[in-house]
Amino acid sequence: MVTGTVGAVLQVLLIAVGSPLLVGVMRQVRARLEGRAGAGIAQPWRDLRKLLRKQAISPHGTGWVFRLAPLLLAGTALVAAAVVPLVTTASPLDGVADLFAVTALLALGSVALALGALDTGTAFGGMGASREMTVLALVEPTILVSVFALSIRVGSTSLGSIVTATARDPLSVISPVSALAAVALAIVTIAETGRIPVDNPSTHLELTMIHEAMVLEYAGPDLALIEWASAMRLSVLLGLLASLFFPLGIAGADAGVLGLAAAVIAIVVKVALLGVLLAAGEVFMAKLRLFRVPELLAGSFLLALLAVAASFFLA
Amino acid sequence: MWRKIVRTGRVAEPAPERPDGEVPEQAAELAGSVQIRHVDAGSCNGCEVEIASAFGPVYDAERYGARLVASPRHADALMVTGPVTRNMEMALRRTHDAVSEPRLVIALGDCARDCGVFAGAYGVAGAVRDVVDVDVEVPGCPPRPEAIVAALRGLTGR
Repeated sequence: MVTGTVGAVLQVLLIAVGSPLLVGVMRQVRARLEGRAGAGIAQPWRDLRKLLRKQAISPHGTGWVFRLAPLLLAGTALVAAAVVPLVTTASPLDGVADLFAVTALLALGSVALALGALDTGTAFGGMGASREMTVLALVEPTILVSVFALSIRVGSTSLGSIVTATARDPLSVISPVSALAAVALAIVTIAETGRIPVDNPSTHLELTMIHEAMVLEYAGPDLALIEWASAMRLSVLLGLLASLFFPLGIAGADAGVLGLAAAVIAIVVKVALLGVLLAAGEVFMAKLRLFRVPELLAGSFLLALLAVAASFFLA
Repeated sequence: MWRKIVRTGRVAEPAPERPDGEVPEQAAELAGSVQIRHVDAGSCNGCEVEIASAFGPVYDAERYGARLVASPRHADALMVTGPVTRNMEMALRRTHDAVSEPRLVIALGDCARDCGVFAGAYGVAGAVRDVVDVDVEVPGCPPRPEAIVAALRGLTGR
């Protein structure tokens, strides 16, 4: 229990401090592949520090929805970071927050931000919100169904038990069920975190934006919270992907101090590796047309559905 | 494409010495991170071409912590090009008001500084400093990317 609590605190701290660095690493990888020098991996932290010092502005006519959205987004991301098995599978919150709760937490954050964007009453805010909801409606069921496919083997929807079972028998990952679920989850992770080919995080063209269009009106500390929360969601989802399909080194309920330290190093290496892969992949790809995005996401949902079917027939 | 990336390697030129010159007070608060919103107040697009190359791989202004953003709300500095035309005067004022404090204004190019060849034209309301307070001026028609990068490094302090 003590290990679980320490592990949960550790992984929240790790995500909170490390996720802007992950964004920095990904930007640096992209910069190097494009022949640039790059701003260094600490640049997102410099941006956040500066934004926190700036004056907060809320546009005319916006109300509490606009101001609450960044807090809710950051709050749900932190809770998700405490629940998802990254460092430890024995988080004290694991009993109350299973797969459905984590998905709902992520959805709550997205919906809060979409409402905040609608509250500004600007054209781009509304456009971004409606696009985000389109993507969300296709992403959330896919996350649910693909992790559900993995949970059938274990007989529990608790993410901790799924990861524990996989850690005990690592070879069980090599199955059609896991392969289908892994591809589906990878695609929705890219969509949910607004990366290429679904959304371009560094675009300046309002008409192509999804996530960026929603945060156009946020300034100063509010913007800092949103950017920090987006980085945390990316890290949590990449960490979840790593833990579900490659739970090597994750600390169990009876792990000691060394076990926790090894787990921290393992998850840092795994998430950084996934981040580098994602960033390198983005260099080779262009953004999809918006009307093609539902096709991609529907495809990933189909894969998740096949994963459930396969787990039923092959079990 | 992988082969192309490996063969091309790094095209960013080595960073020149940090230029020393006077730095506006507010720039110290930004500490190595300046987000810039570009406002075309009536430019001939010559300055825009040079901005694009300053942020391109060769000069790579992003390595010093400067970044172009899509919204004035995200920005710390406005980069204004061209003489301020009558149609853009109010838009420039509103954009300036939308930027949260501390905010800076960079007047880029000869037109932004003193209307350049467009001085006295019927559609021109004035230079940028006639409309909003200017902190940094970059001369040139258009300014070379080196000059733009040097001005930005003065703001980021890197």
